[in-house]
Amino acid sequence: MRTKETSFVGFIKALPKNMFSGLVVSLIALPLGLGLAMASEAPPIAGVITAIVGGTIVSVLGGSFVTISGPGNGLVGVVLVAITTLGLTATYAAIICSGIILVILGFLRLGKLADYFPSSAIQGMLAAIGLIILGKQFHIMLGNKIVRDNGIDYLLEIPNTLITVISYQDKSFIYAALAGVISLAIMVFYSKIRNKYLQLIPAPMWIVIVSVGFSYYYELILQAPNPISSAYMIPGIPNIQQIITTIPTPNFEMVGTLPFWSSVIALTLIASIESLLSIKAVDKLDVSKRRSNVNKDIKALGLATVVSGFLGGLNVVTVIARSSVNVNNGGSNRSSNLFHALFLVLFILLFSTELTRIPLTALMAILVYTGYKLASPDVVRRIFTIGKEQLIIFFATLFVTLKVGLISGIVAGLIATFIIHVVVTKSLSLFIKNVLKPNVLMFKEENGSYFISVKHFCSFLNFNILKTKLEAIPEQSDVILDFSLCGFVDHSVMENVHDYQELFTKKGGNIGVIGLDILGTKSEHPFALRRLLPLQNIIPNNKTKRQNNLELIANDFELSFDPLKRKNSAFLEDFIYFKTKKVETVFNQLSAKKSPCHLFDITFSEGEFIAKEVVRSTMLYIKTSSSVPVFTLDREGLLERFYALAGYRDIAIKNHADFSKRFYLRGENAQDIRTLFTDELVLFFESNAYYHIESSKDGLLVFSKERIASIKEIKALLDFGVRLNAIINKV
Amino acid sequence: MSTLAFKTIGIGVTFSPNLEANINEAARFALCFSSKLVLIHVGEASEKKTNIFLRFLSPFKSKGLEFELLFQPGGPVDVILSSTKEKNIDLLIIGALKKENFLKYYLGSIARKITRQASCSVLLLINPSVKRVPCKHIVVNGLKDPKTKETLTTAFLVGHKLGVDKITVVEEIEQDEVSVKVDDDKSLRKSTIVKERLRLREEARVKKVLDTIPANYTKDMTIKSQPIFGKRGYSIGHYAQVARADLLVMNAPTKMTFWDRLFPHDIEHILTELPTDVLIVQ
Repeated sequence: MRTKETSFVGFIKALPKNMFSGLVVSLIALPLGLGLAMASEAPPIAGVITAIVGGTIVSVLGGSFVTISGPGNGLVGVVLVAITTLGLTATYAAIICSGIILVILGFLRLGKLADYFPSSAIQGMLAAIGLIILGKQFHIMLGNKIVRDNGIDYLLEIPNTLITVISYQDKSFIYAALAGVISLAIMVFYSKIRNKYLQLIPAPMWIVIVSVGFSYYYELILQAPNPISSAYMIPGIPNIQQIITTIPTPNFEMVGTLPFWSSVIALTLIASIESLLSIKAVDKLDVSKRRSNVNKDIKALGLATVVSGFLGGLNVVTVIARSSVNVNNGGSNRSSNLFHALFLVLFILLFSTELTRIPLTALMAILVYTGYKLASPDVVRRIFTIGKEQLIIFFATLFVTLKVGLISGIVAGLIATFIIHVVVTKSLSLFIKNVLKPNVLMFKEENGSYFISVKHFCSFLNFNILKTKLEAIPEQSDVILDFSLCGFVDHSVMENVHDYQELFTKKGGNIGVIGLDILGTKSEHPFALRRLLPLQNIIPNNKTKRQNNLELIANDFELSFDPLKRKNSAFLEDFIYFKTKKVETVFNQLSAKKSPCHLFDITFSEGEFIAKEVVRSTMLYIKTSSSVPVFTLDREGLLERFYALAGYRDIAIKNHADFSKRFYLRGENAQDIRTLFTDELVLFFESNAYYHIESSKDGLLVFSKERIASIKEIKALLDFGVRLNAIINKV
Repeated sequence: MSTLAFKTIGIGVTFSPNLEANINEAARFALCFSSKLVLIHVGEASEKKTNIFLRFLSPFKSKGLEFELLFQPGGPVDVILSSTKEKNIDLLIIGALKKENFLKYYLGSIARKITRQASCSVLLLINPSVKRVPCKHIVVNGLKDPKTKETLTTAFLVGHKLGVDKITVVEEIEQDEVSVKVDDDKSLRKSTIVKERLRLREEARVKKVLDTIPANYTKDMTIKSQPIFGKRGYSIGHYAQVARADLLVMNAPTKMTFWDRLFPHDIEHILTELPTDVLIVQ
């Protein structure tokens, strides 16, 4: 176990990295905060205040490790309703109340509210929130501000807006719409273009930079006024003195009214659900595989919300997109959350006037994109593959949320799910009789593994019982989860169990689920089986041209070609590169038993939940015979010099100043790495094309760009691999 | 029960499809313990009824079974309870009903009432059969309770007489006893340590009790101790089901009030979901 002292030293050592990732996160948090606040019709600065308060308080008191807190997407709809019905100052009061309730929930250990909701209903609710954001902001993005009653009406107006935009006469509106469209394009294509310089600055910040640059271009070079209509520019951002002097006083006069409390409940519900889902998703990304203390985090978020409400900010929640960026940029503890807040303070101090140069349409494009992410067709497709009945739940929740409101939506989802469960099992008594029974038995067997048996039924209604048992098992253990005494297992449970399985595998344990096949054949169980037996591509599809070419290459190099999607990616898990990424499938594999080289196309994802980005790439794996020290070798550029400032050290090789200048070599054990890099190897690297190369204990991973390689590139890569292998083995 | 043997075994009999199986099971049990069998029938005596009972009992009569027929009209619960006292019955055998989807068993309302109020030990049979089904595995509770010693001894006696291979002593530990709630990695480590300590404590306690059991009862038997963290009374039934036990031996409940039935605990859980044959030791 680590002592306190070494963990403190580790903390200090990790500080520069966290500062760096905090900076990157703050670059997104700034435009997003402004946008989210404006979408909720709160003053734009409220979003930034939320992020600053959240980052400060949650980083000190929170129970999670790499999460970032601030204003959330999910809350836009609720805050909007609250502001339109209660007014701004009473909304601050509602926010404060919801913060207090969150703190109480945290103390009552009820932070995991979201566990009691079926996952398809939650998906439906999130999609509805996405559509609310998208529907409303889409019009503003195109410079056509309209006011409608509810979410559906806004969506129905979208074609009209498109027609209006085409027929714009006023140039200033055309420019405004153009800014929106270009910004949206930046959001959409940003993740597709994998260039490390481009990726250093997050997409929302690019939008800010481009639009501020555009404004300065007109002002300084063309000496003309900004062509974008001033109605579509961000209204004044107060400077720090103004913020302090104009802190609004929350208005508690409406505390006795029903709309006030329904807003409070909606705020609390969505804040806790969004935070919980995000914490869970971020925990999956954490490189050090730590487990967040959800209740402690909820308490901290609640307190932060109270403070934020008093200072004129919104609800503080854990946010997934910013947290994902944090993890990807090397954030390793809560200090990155604090740094993100501090950088935001700095931005407001220095640039508050520059921010008014950002067109509103550009900012809303960011929101339209996040809204689309929440309600993307992928979500519907995924739910459809699980089962048609899940789609009913999903759409029931979605439509009621859009038409009536969030609380009614989630209630509709609950009811729909329960009715479907009753219909599927044809038994109401199964649920009513057994819902309160402690139906989960867990015991430790003599060989140290755990056995869990579930009786009667297991669905969202009583999943928390199973969950508490699973939580109490150290993740390194072997677990057998037996559903054979169970008459019904629902999709939410299967999904959650699947998450636990992943978690256990990640930490070296294992959960084996048994007893589901009996269940499936007996009752034609719709949820369980479809999740367990995803349809495999048994018959290979017609090969693409690229695949035919790959087959030819395979013959040239005496390798065998396997075009099918496989999940055999265990050999990749040790690589640092994949620590924050999740390998989905490996396909188009070129390999041979006697050859150490193994070339493949790979699909992997970065981020979780709505911030998930799927990337496809071509890589080469070389199995090394001797053990090679862990290192990473990259071409050295501006970025790497910048990294060096943030504490990533470049290992210099003696007598090879040119190599050290051109290549960026990194690793824990500098001594071993120096012995590995002989003159011959250094010369080899110097005289060949640049590749990203990294090693784990018994293999090397080589690739050039994070995209599918062309046939020519593959030949070069394979040739490089064969020669590299020869040299490495000599060393 | 002070002498640790069932001197008189009682069974309530009615004319149901299970009659023969019930009588066979009870008679086998009585032979095994060389005790007297009392057949209690709620209703008037008649030549016809007596003949039927005698016909079922005749194969056992030749093996030396001592038995008595008792006919008494009245309310079934009262009749059986009063006859138990009157005849000094030590063990009452009750057959459970089978549910239509042949995996679950439950007790009829009369049987439940009798079980709750009986002053002697009660054996609930879920699957009475005409032929003998060997009993291989007994699960017995090892609660921290004054009655436990008696229950354990009875379980071993029964196991010894029935030729059981394996006895598992289950110690149910209430979740409240684990003072640490699991929130994160640190509290998980702590709670694992606390649980391990509780396990050892419970196992030591049970071992102490087991040491007092006569050695000839325990020979040729695998004895296992299994601590379980879970709801008292419920998890042992669940365990018996999972472990495919043939007999579950439990302490009799201390008191039964209206509230116990409304918020079931201990034995009530077992009565609603009979996992296997259950012997409740008074």
